[in-house]
Amino acid sequence: MDLSQLLTLVVVVAGVPLTLAAYIVGTEYLVRVLPDGIQGKVRPWIWVGPALVFIGLFLVYPTIDTIRISFLSRSGAFIGLDNYSHVLSDSSVLIAIRNNVLWLVLYTGLALFFGILLAVLADRVPYESSVKSLIFMPMAISFTATAVIWKFMFLYQPAGAVQTGTLNYIVTAFFHAQPAAWVVDRRFNNFALIAAAVWGWVGFSMVILSAALKGIPGELLEAARVDGAGELTIFRRVVMPLLMPTVAVVATTLLIFALKAFDIVYVMTNGNFDTDVLALRQYKELFTNGNPGRSGALAMILLLAVVPVLVFNLRQFRATEGRR
Amino acid sequence: MIGVRSLRYGSVLLVIASLVVTACSVGQSNSGGGGKKTVHVLATWGGSEQESFLAMVKPFEQKTGIKVEYEGTRDLNAVLTTRVQAGTPPELAGLPGPGQMAEFAKAGKLVALDNVLDMNQMKEQYAPDWIKLGQVNGKNYSIFIKTALKGLVWYDPKNFKAKGYQIPKTFDEMLALDDKIKSDGAAPFCIGLESGAASGWPGSDWVKELVLSQAGPDVYDKWYQGKQKWSSPEIKTAWQTWGKIVANPGMVYGGKDYMLSTAFGDAGNPMFTNPPKCYMHNQGSFMTDFFVKGNASLKAGEDFTFFNLPDVNTQYAGAHVVAGDLFGMFKETDEAKQLIKYLTTPEAQAIWVKRGGAISPNKKVALTDYPDDISRQIGQTLTTAKIARFDAGDLMPNAMQSAYFKAVVDYVSNPGQLDSILANLDKIQADAYK
Repeated sequence: MDLSQLLTLVVVVAGVPLTLAAYIVGTEYLVRVLPDGIQGKVRPWIWVGPALVFIGLFLVYPTIDTIRISFLSRSGAFIGLDNYSHVLSDSSVLIAIRNNVLWLVLYTGLALFFGILLAVLADRVPYESSVKSLIFMPMAISFTATAVIWKFMFLYQPAGAVQTGTLNYIVTAFFHAQPAAWVVDRRFNNFALIAAAVWGWVGFSMVILSAALKGIPGELLEAARVDGAGELTIFRRVVMPLLMPTVAVVATTLLIFALKAFDIVYVMTNGNFDTDVLALRQYKELFTNGNPGRSGALAMILLLAVVPVLVFNLRQFRATEGRR
Repeated sequence: MIGVRSLRYGSVLLVIASLVVTACSVGQSNSGGGGKKTVHVLATWGGSEQESFLAMVKPFEQKTGIKVEYEGTRDLNAVLTTRVQAGTPPELAGLPGPGQMAEFAKAGKLVALDNVLDMNQMKEQYAPDWIKLGQVNGKNYSIFIKTALKGLVWYDPKNFKAKGYQIPKTFDEMLALDDKIKSDGAAPFCIGLESGAASGWPGSDWVKELVLSQAGPDVYDKWYQGKQKWSSPEIKTAWQTWGKIVANPGMVYGGKDYMLSTAFGDAGNPMFTNPPKCYMHNQGSFMTDFFVKGNASLKAGEDFTFFNLPDVNTQYAGAHVVAGDLFGMFKETDEAKQLIKYLTTPEAQAIWVKRGGAISPNKKVALTDYPDDISRQIGQTLTTAKIARFDAGDLMPNAMQSAYFKAVVDYVSNPGQLDSILANLDKIQADAYK
């Protein structure tokens, strides 16, 4: 990196917060000039103003434009719902939808399950923090790197040859079973990809749930024990209900991640062997096939699928806020 | 009170200052990264091919002081399209193929090279067909800097000698040899289809070579132009002929799972184990580079050599599929002009040729520059081929080509589905050429 690049970096890193600070200080200075009665009405808008501008520019406008594009042909002519009917009758899209459902259920379910399990178990051992850091570590890796790592884990050599993939080595050396082509074999390749994704993100749900677990007052558990409840009953009747709001937040985050699954599939199989997902189809329609309309239609389908999750998430958020 | 106020003025001043600095530094980086001249190049090569390209441009960097920033990706179609649409293309790029090049040229994204390169000199140094493939409507939008010959069956002559195997002259002879190798307890072929976003292409090479050799150049031309249906008997037969190898248990080392999960660059390696796990590997001329990279002790000619993929139909004997790397200019800068000019020179191309794995389209590159007899032989075959056709996949529109690659993967995993795979390709063909 030469000096001018370094300078640009410093200016950007320091300049952005400084600009924001100046905006706040500067506008506040202007608001003070206004008559007292109006000040209170103007101030909130000035505070949310930048966020509104950014959301409008980078979220609302692209969304509306995507809706428009999804009705256009490749040459830009209006073709109504043709893109939608084409996309929904495409067998590879149907497979992608099926896989997204698999991801939704298994990725969310497993990441949550192991997250809770690890949070609860780690809570009871003295070396908790080291266990948690170890499991959280993959979070520092991008999904792309996760995919590359697991590609090596899943490497396949024919039976009889020396296995170079970790998993197949274990399978053949310790269980004396046939090696499997984990990412190729349609019987389990989707599960193999989801397993890699769960490995990458289980730390996220563990850490957040663990924090929530620490927030449960010890007296409650004591009281339950005094009343003669077993540990499992305590977990089911006391801990779980108190964890539920946090579980809901983690679950919705994971659901959204499952819907936009892309990197792992792109790197590990490129959507071959029936592992395609909607986000990857969308990418291919746009950049490989040059079909913005169809890509837009797929984006709309994804958006429609995300909306219920978002609504639920917002309701949950409001309910939690209301209780405070 | 005074304190707060002066603090306020102070921060306002600070922000103004920072904005001014930002503006300055942006202005500076626009004028060429702080004074140093660079050319950005995007192409498909990675690994040792990337090293060879960098070696090729090194004398250029030393002579001109221009820095070449190279970036490689196997998902070239997508990355290039994204950059072009975003308005930030690299100055120079290796193009996925003549089909995609024509799309860029028609959209006005490529700079015509007629005034950049000395076309009269180019015509002296390049065969007319190579120049024509880089043209759109008579204008030169791209130029080959490296070519390859496809349909070469690589083998280890020592292994063949040890078992007394003869080089097959016809496709049927090759199938007979396959059976013999099989009964001797090894796999005749090694095939690897994994190649990231382009997975499946090595199999597409087999199919296009078989179409050309079986059905002839006319069908081949109509096929890549989108006028010959995939489900037509000519094309279907080519798939079925390939099926005699890939859909036949024991014919390919490791079976379909291994074929599908092995990177194309590693695919030839089991030929060189002791005892060999397979005896033949059909791949383009650039494969020598991967052999040597994977097994440093191998010597061209002694440890590996090739025979041409035998003719299926004697009527079209000597037919060859050729390919190459086209370069085009997306942004006209002096530095980019100098670089693309340099890349077409025999001096530049000789560098990669000497490193192995490349055949030069430039006739001025001496045969003595080739590192061994094998590459010399390939260079000669390329210039003397009776029927030569450019890689059909590279000539198809993007959507068709990527569906073709995927079809290869689907066919290998499930040969019984050929009819529905071809029907699906027909559907995409009807749409992609619009």
